[in-house]
Amino acid sequence: HLATSLPLPSERDHLRPRIDLIVFMIDIKSKYSLKNIEASLAHVDASFFLGKVCFLVTGVGRVNYCSVDMNAIWKLGEVYCSPVLFCELELEGIRVATAQRLLRMLQICAGHIPGVSALSFGSLMRGSADD
Amino acid sequence: AAPRSVPAMESADGAARTLPSIGRLSRGPLFGRAYGRFGLSPSGQLLPPAPPSQENADPQRTAFLLRKQWTLYSVTPLYGFSDARLRDYARLLSAFIAAEKQKGLAVEVGVELDIKVAVSSLPDLKGSDQDQAAILVQLSSRSPASPKNSEEKLIWSGWFCCVSGDDLSENVPEDFTCLPLFLVSGAESYTAIVGSWFQKTFDCCFRRLAISPLNLSWMAAMWTGCKVDKTASAMELVFSVPCLSQPLDISYAIHPEDAKALWDTVQKTPGEITQEEVDVFMDCLYSHFHRHFKIHLSATKLVKVSTAIASAHCDGIIKFLQSQYLTGVLMLLTELAISQIQ
Repeated sequence: HLATSLPLPSERDHLRPRIDLIVFMIDIKSKYSLKNIEASLAHVDASFFLGKVCFLVTGVGRVNYCSVDMNAIWKLGEVYCSPVLFCELELEGIRVATAQRLLRMLQICAGHIPGVSALSFGSLMRGSADD
Repeated sequence: AAPRSVPAMESADGAARTLPSIGRLSRGPLFGRAYGRFGLSPSGQLLPPAPPSQENADPQRTAFLLRKQWTLYSVTPLYGFSDARLRDYARLLSAFIAAEKQKGLAVEVGVELDIKVAVSSLPDLKGSDQDQAAILVQLSSRSPASPKNSEEKLIWSGWFCCVSGDDLSENVPEDFTCLPLFLVSGAESYTAIVGSWFQKTFDCCFRRLAISPLNLSWMAAMWTGCKVDKTASAMELVFSVPCLSQPLDISYAIHPEDAKALWDTVQKTPGEITQEEVDVFMDCLYSHFHRHFKIHLSATKLVKVSTAIASAHCDGIIKFLQSQYLTGVLMLLTELAISQIQ
């Protein structure tokens, strides 16, 4: 399910399936997208931040179009205890690989992978990004 | 501010385009370093203060650099360069240009031009004593049909410089000279010829220097804070709106005193600028614009910044407007060039 901002409209609440993973997409070329994400984060229940949230930064292939300060994004990941992934949507290979990664994460968050919980996987991802 | 349509602006694809390999997708630091160097020390505080005024330099000698549009390149360190051999280099480059013309790569079709090359040093253009003094290359022409003593016309200028490039010069081996910034004014064909001579002779590499919107906003904030003697011209920001069928540019002009007043309320420590302060400054400008026009400038791409100090375009084009801040601006550009090289 794709939404441009949160909160989701309440009219459809009863029809909505359980949400297992929230991916916040930040376009590095648009400061507006970062502001939008920051505003939307306030509407997310705290329990999601135990491994069911990740940040996906797009547009990283073109360094010279960068309008967003990277430090602000790192800080977001730290403050909300969630991993930060990068991808370049313009390249099909990277697009596909990123989609596969997200799908894998989703399977874990939905509890379909025995032995791995969303929380343990989330901390594993953040731990590897820190070094 | 007035939105207006302009013909499609081709993005400078020759500009740096770093595509991370799949294996490095989640490795932030490599990407963060590519641009983050500009003005940020490890603690996140900003170094270069408002560009310092030059003290001893004679402004007359560098006056010819002002109010002219220069295209920017980053240059890797030159191997085997010596500033004692400038006359030799001029001679060799002259011969190279003549040879290229013979080969049929004549620049001006049908016009036989006698190209004269001059290579000189600009000792005033450096930041620290460790910097290599700037090197100026000028091509002038005189038509052989005109009388011997007729005036030569300057047709192309290019200069290499390094202002406070200690980060780079400290880390290169002995025989390398660091002049990471190259500025050009003149026909692209001459730029190609001169560039290839330097590349062949000194084993260096030229790349167009692009300036990201993030760095442009730093420049906007920094230059707004500078004191100017005469009445300053308006500060102008140009934004390019993405994802439209017809390209659209938005030009936002701000009265220089209003801009300075805003910056003065934002900046806390004189001589220091932080990313947060730049963000607040730009956000104020954006929300003011949104209040009037209901357009979110933060969703567009900042492509050009013009102030009384200088004007800079994201394709790597600069114009210096104040001699007292010339080295200050060069210091910023040197830093950008160095981070593009590394």
